[in-house]
Amino acid sequence: MARFALRRVLAAILTVGLVVSITFLLAHLAPGQPMLADAERMHADPARIARIRAEFGLDRPLAVQYTMYVGNALRGNLGESFTMRRSVGEILRERLPHTALLAGAALLLAFAAGIAIAAIQATRAGSWTDAGVGAVTLTFHSTPSFWLGLILMVAFGQWLGWLPVGGMTTPVEHEQMGMMGRMVDVGRHLILPALTLALVLTAEIARYQRGALVDALGSEFVRAARAKGLAERAVLLRHALRAALAPVVVLAGMSVPALLAGAVLVETVFGWPGMGRLTRDAIVTRDYNLILGAAIISGALVAIGNLAADLGAHALDPRTR
Amino acid sequence: MTTSPPVVGPALLEIRDLRITFRTADGIARAVDGVDIDVQAGETVGLVGESGCGKSVTSLAILRLVDDGMIGTGSSIRLEGRDIMALPGKELRAIRGNHAAIVFQEPASALNPVLSIGDQVAEAVTTHQKVSKKEAWDRAVEMLKTVGIPDAGSRARGYPHQLSGGMRQRVLIAMALICRPRLLIADEPTTALDVTIQAEILALLEDLQRKLGMAVLLITHNLSIVAESAQRVYVMYAGQIVEQATTAMIFAKPAHPYTEGLLAAIPRLDQRRDRLEQITGQVPPATAWPSGCRFHPRCPYAWDKCRTEMPPLLDAGPGQKARCWLVEEPERRADGRTGKQADQQKRPR
Amino acid sequence: MFGLALVTTIVLIAILAPLIAPHDPLAMPDPVLLRTAPPSRQFLFGTDAFSRDVFSRLLFGARVSLVVGIASAALAVLIGGAVGIAAGLGGPMVDTVLMRGVDVALALPRVFILLAALALWEGAPLSALIALIALTGWFGASRLVRAHVRQLAEEPWAAATLALGGGKRRLARHLLPHVAATIIVSATLDIGNIILLEAGLSFLGLGIGPPTPTWGNMILEGRDLIFAAPWVAVAPGLALTITVIAFNLLGDGLRDALNPRGTAGRWNRLTGSV
Repeated sequence: MARFALRRVLAAILTVGLVVSITFLLAHLAPGQPMLADAERMHADPARIARIRAEFGLDRPLAVQYTMYVGNALRGNLGESFTMRRSVGEILRERLPHTALLAGAALLLAFAAGIAIAAIQATRAGSWTDAGVGAVTLTFHSTPSFWLGLILMVAFGQWLGWLPVGGMTTPVEHEQMGMMGRMVDVGRHLILPALTLALVLTAEIARYQRGALVDALGSEFVRAARAKGLAERAVLLRHALRAALAPVVVLAGMSVPALLAGAVLVETVFGWPGMGRLTRDAIVTRDYNLILGAAIISGALVAIGNLAADLGAHALDPRTR
Repeated sequence: MTTSPPVVGPALLEIRDLRITFRTADGIARAVDGVDIDVQAGETVGLVGESGCGKSVTSLAILRLVDDGMIGTGSSIRLEGRDIMALPGKELRAIRGNHAAIVFQEPASALNPVLSIGDQVAEAVTTHQKVSKKEAWDRAVEMLKTVGIPDAGSRARGYPHQLSGGMRQRVLIAMALICRPRLLIADEPTTALDVTIQAEILALLEDLQRKLGMAVLLITHNLSIVAESAQRVYVMYAGQIVEQATTAMIFAKPAHPYTEGLLAAIPRLDQRRDRLEQITGQVPPATAWPSGCRFHPRCPYAWDKCRTEMPPLLDAGPGQKARCWLVEEPERRADGRTGKQADQQKRPR
Repeated sequence: MFGLALVTTIVLIAILAPLIAPHDPLAMPDPVLLRTAPPSRQFLFGTDAFSRDVFSRLLFGARVSLVVGIASAALAVLIGGAVGIAAGLGGPMVDTVLMRGVDVALALPRVFILLAALALWEGAPLSALIALIALTGWFGASRLVRAHVRQLAEEPWAAATLALGGGKRRLARHLLPHVAATIIVSATLDIGNIILLEAGLSFLGLGIGPPTPTWGNMILEGRDLIFAAPWVAVAPGLALTITVIAFNLLGDGLRDALNPRGTAGRWNRLTGSV
């Protein structure tokens, strides 16, 4: 077990390293200069450009820059953001929890709902209910998340006025609320983006789990359980679901890249101040250090997701031990 | 506990006119077509037939483990005098695994791979009796010992994939018997196992049957298994019972050509044969049973009547019945043979 | 099959767009008076902020989505298939190296890399977009193909081919028709995802840019108008959803047709051997 975990952790580190390296290369090999997009477009004075380059060490050879960066990063120094004029580390520390909140909520929601929907479908396999629910999940699976977010925002924010329209907190008022009030405020703002992010993932989990459950329900051991006198509910929960759970846990862990991708879109649509939006902005403005910082976090999150998935599957399915 | 007081009838299990149909892509399959079976308390009864004759699905129907829609409305299944078909769900579940239990054929797939052995056996207890989890576990371990699993305590904590086929079958038996059912339905309990293990399992079943005083319905395609253990045998073909008799009679004087064929197919050490006997032809599909007697296409004695009229179960001797026109016209047996059977007559036995 | 019909319809519409479209998608007939006009008989889905006909833009947007979707999926599956076959037939060394590489690659955040690549490569042409999407997405296909190849390699006829002196190359050729089914299903199911991916990239301002209409950048433009002129954003979103549903249905249908999973009715499932 320990060796298994160790190997996985090493793989995780490798992943992060790879992501950073690829990003590094891309940033330097792509036409145009990192960080200077705006400056160049405005035809800034070449001397100024040269100064900026020197300041950020861009005039050194590639390998040296790479080593410098890695060296600093390992010591916790991720450099400074060009556009925001703050330490990258600080920015990340601020934004990451917001995305974690969003993605975490979405993942939990998707997991719970997805399995429940799959259970409903599987126990009625072949019926109109099954087909109907299946059509709905197919639709959500095929919907662009950012568009869905927009629609929801208009529907619930504008027309019905039930929920706030974008952002994470109500400006100004938030500061004046007590602890409880602030949590509720964030919660209210969280609903729509989390829902949007979750809907597509729910559909995927439901589609996947339905098949696994139908198989499990048709299996010999489920019949044996019924022959023992178990009630249908116990059969479903203790036997079928339990047996079909491992692959879905793996799926959930593997969805982290998709979640992060979705977060970029959803955060942009809802103006949620998280890593996703940060990543996009950093990339578009060619904020070099920030991009690399985001790359590290991305890679790390994906690696953690995979690790959790593997460990989860390992724990759930004794045959893998 | 019970809504209808159990009637102390003559048989523990009484199946009358059981009909089971399926819808398949090729039409309606009449898998079981009017089957009557009796099992008395404490006796072992064999149900024998090739694959495709309907025996397994019959066994499942006893505990209503098939879709209700598939069982014909005229069919009746009475266990300990109670009408199984009329029982509400809760009472039905109280019987399953408790008053009557099934041991399934495939030990590899009948056990849940992600739950421990102990949990699965203990589950049979907790479903029917109000005992603590610890007590259920202890009883499970006891039962595992009884069925001959070495080191039962630690095996119980393990998982199915860690056991061999024979061990898994023992676990299934433990699971079925832990609540001391009055009837055990053993569906091909040894088919998936090595010959050497088969003997052990059969011995175990016999032993337990004596100890618990239960009735056993032994379902198999292998007549030789039945010879050892059963007192009476039903032979099934194409969804019908074609012969029923005591084991001794079945082996000494089979009344139905199919039974003869099954017997002839058993390899014997004391006969010189160049080739193993076979019953010519194959079991027809359940969607298209032949007209008249369903065995006639494969029967060496068949004549016109067999092709057009379905024989009922006729009395062929004390405690023996056969679904064959030969019972009424036994002389046809001597002169009606064709092909192999005729040759067989000429060779010295 | 419904999926096939739907997909064919959409593809036809896209191909025939220049003939069907009532207006020129780039034309701005009257940026003042016809700005964000609601749907009417003249403009089926209304006009956008530049008085361009949304319906016509929608039709042309289909071309981009379909081209990117189909081309990327095809390319990805070709690369993945090649690697999969190489890994499946190659010796243990080759197999391990390739598959470990794929494992690591699967763990990389695809969108991040695409975003970075596109942002840093300003003005990337369509072909580059297709190539990038394909290059970041062939890993799953390679795993599938490898598994299938290994399975097939166990079969007697494969051993026979080798025994008769055919080299691995020849075996690969014999394997192709079998593996083709897996590849086609994988590609078709991928198309939907790629279309959504491309739309997302357009929405973020990367990918194909204005004035060429893509469904993604139409939604982006419609975003600010979402309250005042919802049709600008709603129409392309619906188009995307319907198109992706169509490809998913097609993919599901293909998968069921080519790999029947023994849904042999209740008879067998119920009893195994009767």
